[in-house]
Amino acid sequence: MNVKTIAVEQRPHRSARGLISRKPTLTAVVLSLFASVGVFATCAILYIISSEFSIFLNHVGAAEFFFGTRWEPFMEPRSFGILPLLAGTMWIVVISTIFAVPVGVMIGAYLHHFCGRKRGLWLKPSLEILAAIPTVVYGFVAVTLITPVMKRWLPETEIFNALSAGLVVGFMILPMISTLVHDALIEIPKRVREGAFALGAYPNEVFFGVEIRAIRARIFAAVVLSLSRAFGETMAVTLAAGAHPNLTWNPLESIQTITSYIVQASMGDAPHGTIINSSIYAASGVLFFVTLMLNLLAYTWIKRQKIGISQL
Amino acid sequence: MTSLRHRRAQLFRFLTWSAAIFGLLLIVAIFGYLIQQGMAHLDGAFFENYASRIPAKAGIKAALAGTLYVMALTMFIAVPIGVGTAIFFEEYLRPSKLKGLLELNISNLAGVPSIIFGVLGLSFFVRFLGWERSIISGSLTLAILLLPVIVIATRSALTEVPRTIKESAYALGATKEQMIWYHLAPNALPGICSGIIIALGRAIGESAPLIMVGALSFVAYTPESVWDSFTVLPVQIFNWASRPQPEFQAVAASAILVLLALVIIFTALTTLIRQKFAKKKANY
Repeated sequence: MNVKTIAVEQRPHRSARGLISRKPTLTAVVLSLFASVGVFATCAILYIISSEFSIFLNHVGAAEFFFGTRWEPFMEPRSFGILPLLAGTMWIVVISTIFAVPVGVMIGAYLHHFCGRKRGLWLKPSLEILAAIPTVVYGFVAVTLITPVMKRWLPETEIFNALSAGLVVGFMILPMISTLVHDALIEIPKRVREGAFALGAYPNEVFFGVEIRAIRARIFAAVVLSLSRAFGETMAVTLAAGAHPNLTWNPLESIQTITSYIVQASMGDAPHGTIINSSIYAASGVLFFVTLMLNLLAYTWIKRQKIGISQL
Repeated sequence: MTSLRHRRAQLFRFLTWSAAIFGLLLIVAIFGYLIQQGMAHLDGAFFENYASRIPAKAGIKAALAGTLYVMALTMFIAVPIGVGTAIFFEEYLRPSKLKGLLELNISNLAGVPSIIFGVLGLSFFVRFLGWERSIISGSLTLAILLLPVIVIATRSALTEVPRTIKESAYALGATKEQMIWYHLAPNALPGICSGIIIALGRAIGESAPLIMVGALSFVAYTPESVWDSFTVLPVQIFNWASRPQPEFQAVAASAILVLLALVIIFTALTTLIRQKFAKKKANY
């Protein structure tokens, strides 16, 4: 929310008649119908997931679902403990974030401090190509390029493994972090930075001593957004991380994430009414809930920070 | 002590520089590798052939046609709804709790993983409405996925139109609809277009939701109506890439090159439009 909208909000309403400013015209009615599509989508997602989720929980039991350590939906005895899928997803999230956050922050610092305006004009969009590459392409690169290279150094690497999948997801979210950090750095008032330089600080001292502190909530929000992106990443992970629900401490082993289970189960053409079909919705429910929480967290922090920076 | 500080500053400079170089090298490495892998297969026949069990005969005719068909239909649905939603938000809704909620809803939809939209499409279009695994189901699913992207881009384009233009239109007695149609929309058009192209670039590489609504990977015909089953490039790539034979990996790389070419054309178009827009804005 920028300053302008805040100013508008503080102005008293001219009419108390309602949301739409005058008698609704045909255009207003049509446009409001268009605007309700988004609301409909959210409601449909919530309804579909929650109704199937409750059917699933009736069959399986909440205790087994949330605390079970075995996810074995296709073979008897079936078992639906989400923990192995959650652990697989966490591997992807952790690896990609450990890679992307430091590198992304460093790129943001470079764009802000050391590269001239001209170089920045082509460097920033070029780096954003990394975010434009379709995820299925990253999956291909992970399986056919990164895993073989890794095998040379770590021979015990499995063909499908969490590490190479996590790395390519890290490549994908790298420009998101660097752009968010750079945008936040730009918003710091110039005098803050120049004051520090005037006191004789080096760029690294300005960056770590002053700027990082000013934008730490934004950096936190960028990290949370990237966590959410990595959590929901699907195709790269389906191709590169394997399809083996695996509660493991070794990132070189094959794992399965929540998203790749959803793909696997839906490709098997599970008919309506089977437990496999409901398990798709159960997995989606967990995925939706976690990403929703992460996104809400990030948006609140971005909002809070924007107000914070305007008070500097 | 000064020299230690100086060395630290130099180290910082070097580290940030190498991070940026590393990012660029990643792009060069990925593209170089894909070109080296995929060039061999990329000939006229590759665009003429359908998918095949024999790698040498495999082509992307059905996938390319499916992609173009699905993209056209998706944009036909998503653009009016997305742009309309944005205009409604900016021009018709007064600031209120409801508006805040609607905004939160859109920004939240933008963060929902794409596969969740696939689950929605599968349950609603494919099963509930009984539209089967058809182009219309796929396009509607993608349209909902693109909706927040288009809404957010259009809204920022609309807010960038100078207030003076809106106010002079009103001062001359224009109605709200006249103001939007003759002044606001034409002035925001470049921004809206670049937003639409960004959305298109995202949709063209999207495969997870389309796999959910049942894009097939073995289609030996080009689609004729919106009720036909279909495949798209990313799904075809996924299928080839997940096969064990190395020959199919090479075919996948060739298809990836075609997909990347499309994505890069869209990205370049956005940059061009933005630059033109920036020049025009400077004239005010």
